[in-house]
Amino acid sequence: MKVLCNAGKPFVEVLRAGGVLPGIKVDKGTVELAGTNGETTTQGLDGLAQRCQKYYEAGARFAKWRAVLKIGPNEPSQLAINENANGLARYAIICQENGLVPIVEPEILVDGPHDIEKCAEVTERVLAAVYKALNDHHVLLEGTLLKPNMVTPGSDSKKVAPEVIAEYTVRTLLRTVPAAVPAIVFLSGGQSEEEATLNLNAMNKLKGKKPWSLTFSFGRALQQSTLKAWAGKEENISKAQAALLTRCKANSEATLGTYKGNATLGEGAAESLHVKDYKY
Amino acid sequence: MSAFKSKFQDNLPYELIANAAYIGTPGKGILAADESTGTIGKRLSSINVENVESNRRALRELLFTTPGALQYLSGVILFEETLYQSTADGKPFVEVLKEGGVLPGIKVDKGTVELAGTNGETTTQGLDGLGQRCQKYYEAGARFAKWRAVLKIGPNEPSQLAINENANGLARYAVICQENGLVPIVEPEILVDGPHDIEKCAEVTECVLAAVYKALNDHHVLLEGTLLKPNMVTPGSEAKKVAPEVIAEYTVRAMQRTVPAAVPAIVFLSGGQSEEEATLNLNAMNKLKTKKPWSLSFSFGRALQQSTLKAWAGKEENIPKAQAAFLARCKANSEATLGTYKGDATLTEGAAESLHVKDYKY
Repeated sequence: MKVLCNAGKPFVEVLRAGGVLPGIKVDKGTVELAGTNGETTTQGLDGLAQRCQKYYEAGARFAKWRAVLKIGPNEPSQLAINENANGLARYAIICQENGLVPIVEPEILVDGPHDIEKCAEVTERVLAAVYKALNDHHVLLEGTLLKPNMVTPGSDSKKVAPEVIAEYTVRTLLRTVPAAVPAIVFLSGGQSEEEATLNLNAMNKLKGKKPWSLTFSFGRALQQSTLKAWAGKEENISKAQAALLTRCKANSEATLGTYKGNATLGEGAAESLHVKDYKY
Repeated sequence: MSAFKSKFQDNLPYELIANAAYIGTPGKGILAADESTGTIGKRLSSINVENVESNRRALRELLFTTPGALQYLSGVILFEETLYQSTADGKPFVEVLKEGGVLPGIKVDKGTVELAGTNGETTTQGLDGLGQRCQKYYEAGARFAKWRAVLKIGPNEPSQLAINENANGLARYAVICQENGLVPIVEPEILVDGPHDIEKCAEVTECVLAAVYKALNDHHVLLEGTLLKPNMVTPGSEAKKVAPEVIAEYTVRAMQRTVPAAVPAIVFLSGGQSEEEATLNLNAMNKLKTKKPWSLSFSFGRALQQSTLKAWAGKEENIPKAQAAFLARCKANSEATLGTYKGDATLTEGAAESLHVKDYKY
């Protein structure tokens, strides 16, 4: 955040002038939980309040903390669920005490041979634990956001249509996410740029109760083709920016359920971005 | 349905979901006529009527055969005795209700018992043999059930033990009902007794409801096939009253923070509120402009029957008068579910009377 762009204008100012709120990742990565089969918890609570204050002064207005769970024969374990939910809740309340809207991210990795039913079952269980923890810790839900995985089949399992992903995902959220939460901003996990957009679009086309907006918080799924187009060369900037603009517009339409699937597919847009056991 | 696997019927989840959704039909609500023999005795004695089966039957017949009333009801909760009773002409009450488009429900809990080591806090019993009882009730025509958990607000109440125990009981009851075809009404009543303000009631209600929904999730209850029967969020009985709009705001906010949108309807209990208060509060909620992904309706006992009881006084010649009073309250509450109640229901004797009885035991 402290990097200045070429013209000397702070990034934070560029974003604000564009009507974009700057956010800040505040977790310090994952560490393994002893006695589990490679399950983790997320660290970063030490001195978090002071860091939040500093970030707020620097212009940040929201924060992010990524908790990670996986699906396996005995996973996620109750320990992993409880520990990660509690960590998210502590992080969330500390953020709010210091003026930052906490994005609550309980990512259940897509890795595995499990089907979409299994993913739904685990996601419901995890989200129920997360919202119980947020309630226990007196977090103001109206001042939070949720960044969950979509409900999909595992990476080693047969793919399904966006409409199926949309149905399972929205059903899971209806069963666990209180209406007081204003918006759900999905992570893209290992989905390709186009997959992620199509799934988000299908959710917003679904008829039924949806008391929160359904939108995106994409990393790879917004940047993949841009990165490839840029290749680090200044002469490629226009091409790269065109690729980014295309994905931004496509996802914007997806939040309205109006995406027609006509985004110019830049190289890489349809490429799976799945990396097994992805570590940020 | 990933979170619910019925052990014997594939279409069971769909029936539960359809029945729960029906109960939440806008313009309709529930009559809670499930007073136990002891409780109905208190009501009858207040109008000098003897607590014998024929009088209990006569009262319920009066209610269920009120011309034009059933259209405003989607369900009636019955006590076990009533489930097997008939009109004087011999028509089973269950049939009267079904013909009127009303689902029969059944109270299945067996009252409260004190929790040792607490200051008078309780848990609710009734899980023993509940599966078999539900099957029997289903065969007799019941399609939903009710279980009342009770919590109170005090310096150290509700305790974590009371919250956990009651939430767990509600969850066990709920999944057993669903396994046997009955939509469970989940009722975690936080008594209105006390000097606390509305903020305190909101805080406790949110804490309790969060625990209830965590327990329901743990026990694999199908939320789309349940209903919630909570208290409205109000000041305590000994605290200064507030306007219906304030009650509406605090109540809906508490629901937004804790009740998943998968729940089709919230059917409020009336607690100690007068008939008119309860209707005005429900109406204010339905007029509120905000996110409300569940219908907001009523499951009233005293607040639907008070003026009816007074008008009847146990005398056959009073039946038309009593039925008119009942119809007026049904219609008023139906309008309240639509936010169109104008406060013009004929206020018969008793409609504005507080129905608060300290530490009320059903």
